[in-house]
Amino acid sequence: MAANGDQQARQTGVRRTVSRTLVVLAGMFVFAFALVPLYDVFCQVTGLNGKTSGSAQSLVHADMDTTRTITVQFITRGSPGLPWKLETDTRQLRVHPGESREVVFRFRNQGEGPSLARAVPSVSPSEASLHLRKITCFCFQEQRLAGGERLEAPLVFQLTPDLPDDIKTVTLVYTLYPVEQTLARRYLGFISEGDQA
Amino acid sequence: MASHLPPKPTAQYEETAGGGLAAGAPHAPRGMMRWLLTTNHKEIGTLYLIFSLTMFFIGGIFAMVIRAELFQPGLQLVQPEFFNQMTTMHGLIMVFGAVMPAFVGLANWMVPLQIGAPDMALPRLNNFSFWLLPVAFLMLLSTLVMPGGAPDFGWTFYAPLSTTYAPPSTTFFIFSLHLAGISSILGAINIIATILNLRAPGMRMMDMPLFVWTWLITAFLLIAVMPVLAGVITMMLLDINFGTSFFNAAGGGDPVLFQHLFWFFGHPEVYIMILPAFGIVSVIIPTFARKRLFGYASMVYATASIAILSFLVWAHHMFVVGLPLVAELFFMYSTMLIAVPTGVKVFNWITTLFRGSISFEPPMLFALAFVVLFTIGGFSGLMLAISPADFQYHDTYFVVAHFHYVLVPGAVFAIMAGVYYWLPKWTGHYPHLRLSQWHFWLSVIGVNLTFFPMHFAGLAGMPRRIPDYALQFADFNMVTSLGAFLFGASQLLFVAVVILCIRGGEKAPARAWEGGEDLEWSVPSPAPLHTFETPPDFKPQQH
Ligand code: HEM
Ligand SMILES: [Cu+2]
Repeated sequence: MAANGDQQARQTGVRRTVSRTLVVLAGMFVFAFALVPLYDVFCQVTGLNGKTSGSAQSLVHADMDTTRTITVQFITRGSPGLPWKLETDTRQLRVHPGESREVVFRFRNQGEGPSLARAVPSVSPSEASLHLRKITCFCFQEQRLAGGERLEAPLVFQLTPDLPDDIKTVTLVYTLYPVEQTLARRYLGFISEGDQA
Repeated sequence: MASHLPPKPTAQYEETAGGGLAAGAPHAPRGMMRWLLTTNHKEIGTLYLIFSLTMFFIGGIFAMVIRAELFQPGLQLVQPEFFNQMTTMHGLIMVFGAVMPAFVGLANWMVPLQIGAPDMALPRLNNFSFWLLPVAFLMLLSTLVMPGGAPDFGWTFYAPLSTTYAPPSTTFFIFSLHLAGISSILGAINIIATILNLRAPGMRMMDMPLFVWTWLITAFLLIAVMPVLAGVITMMLLDINFGTSFFNAAGGGDPVLFQHLFWFFGHPEVYIMILPAFGIVSVIIPTFARKRLFGYASMVYATASIAILSFLVWAHHMFVVGLPLVAELFFMYSTMLIAVPTGVKVFNWITTLFRGSISFEPPMLFALAFVVLFTIGGFSGLMLAISPADFQYHDTYFVVAHFHYVLVPGAVFAIMAGVYYWLPKWTGHYPHLRLSQWHFWLSVIGVNLTFFPMHFAGLAGMPRRIPDYALQFADFNMVTSLGAFLFGASQLLFVAVVILCIRGGEKAPARAWEGGEDLEWSVPSPAPLHTFETPPDFKPQQH
């Protein structure tokens, strides 16, 4: 074989290998970002990350299953850097699957100025999130409260009768988060050093 | 010990078969510019190795700070914030700055020599991928003096620690990791292109030395997961600076998603750090056992299966985040499955040794220590893979013991074995025997004193990444710290050996080790700048 032809064959070989690896590279980079929506869909279908629906759901009309009683617990949490309080008097409820109940929560802005916040729900065990329906919830939108303002807001929910038998207790956690994720605020906060709390 | 070693091969019965002995290129630039602009695979390999050694010492100094603080309970030397920066920087520098570049350096030097190629397939890209590294790591190190300090969220940079609660320097950390990632990707492309296209005529894939095979598979792993790492840190960047909420629960994101993405990269990454080590050990053991490697084909298949399985086990790092039962079980069993091909490898090394005529030159000492100590790390990995047990072990020093056993007497010892093995080829001199033996024995003792007690501390419940601890852990920690100082100090011997070896020493013939059969032993020692400009005659051995 002529050494020259050989050289050429190697060159084309190298070029082919490089372009193929570049395609794989680009594919994997896109794949990494595609995993984000895939993960969300996966979790929505399986309820794996304990997130509940972000908008109002209708009641499922079914007979109440009075043979079972489930304990539903409510936990509320604030965030550092947000002078808000979220409370409820109902720490715990005993409900039958199929029954719909209302719980009242109280928001209070203890800061001076107005601010925006949102209560983000999480359910555990996560399997229960597929069977928890919220007919009304303050968590569907963000809240704006002036300094010192209070707000009472209801949660109306139902555990559907197909809740798996092994679930006896469902815990619903609401965490308050400040809503301030705009570009300008981030940088202003950064400069005024107030953001790192 | 020296007296038991067989005589070194003498130059008389050696001849140089390899391709041209061309003198250095006539118009090569000199001085600094020569190193800045070089496209020669041997010079670039040397640069990588020097860079890696430098990072090994910088990361090592951080480890010494950590161990000095943990020498006694209580806070003595550093503030907790700085302690966290030390653990983070130590991990990042050792993984991305020391271990990975060392393997790339060895690949640059040895892959072309082992397959009979004149150079890497893409020499200029090679230069570029090296010089990205000093830039990346200077930037990373500079975060130490920035206001707010260096990254302090651990080498795994879990969100939201690394986003919502991160120091301002995090953007620099992201940028430097991007650069290091691009460097690895370019290196991987180059290695794949070289191995697939530049083999000596007549060398089939199944004739390649195992170091070449394991690097080929590693390079594919790099191509597959480095873009995922790039994706994750890009999402962090967007969350931090542009108000997106990939990992921010307040905005509808999910911090657990970060862990899934990170470990989808992270677990293959740990194999990226060990597969080339398997390759090095698989070429050294046959040389000094004077036998063919037992089960060559099964070694190749085992390496490939480990690589494929490594994509299916990532959540064994996340057993306690609240996975559903099926996922716990799936990841438990898939993780245990990886132990099977790994076991095949250990079996093959031991069988290669069986009835070999073994001699214990420094490279062999390190390779044998690798087999024993890496296996200990594999066993602790299996214990961690038992999901219900991991609820107890997770985030304790037991995990720290596990991954240091696989990475220090595992990956790092293999790198040192490789360096001792190929130093005669690089410099033309044998490394100083007595000093090498001292280096080996002090390292083995130091490593075990450092990391073995961590198992006990972890089982007793000592959490990882803390600057202070309960009194009951004091004894274990004192032993660990003493071991760490010993290990750290003995690495100065390694530097001494390398420098002495470059300066002079016993002359090495082309085939520096009697049992060395691969192509690199057919070119003179030291290897001239240009080798195999005409492809060598390759006669396949029967594996
Ligand atoms: C038989 C093979 C192995 C098994 C079964 C195994 C299993 C595991 C498991 C289950 C964990 C998670 C422990 C926890 O966080 O609770 C772990 C952590 C780790 N393993 Fe392995 N492993 C193996 C081999 C390796 C190898 C070869 C390496 C690298 C060369 C490695 C590096 C690591 C690292 C770096 C971590 C800790 C990551 C961190 O949280 O910082 N492992 N291993
Ligand atoms: Cu892993």
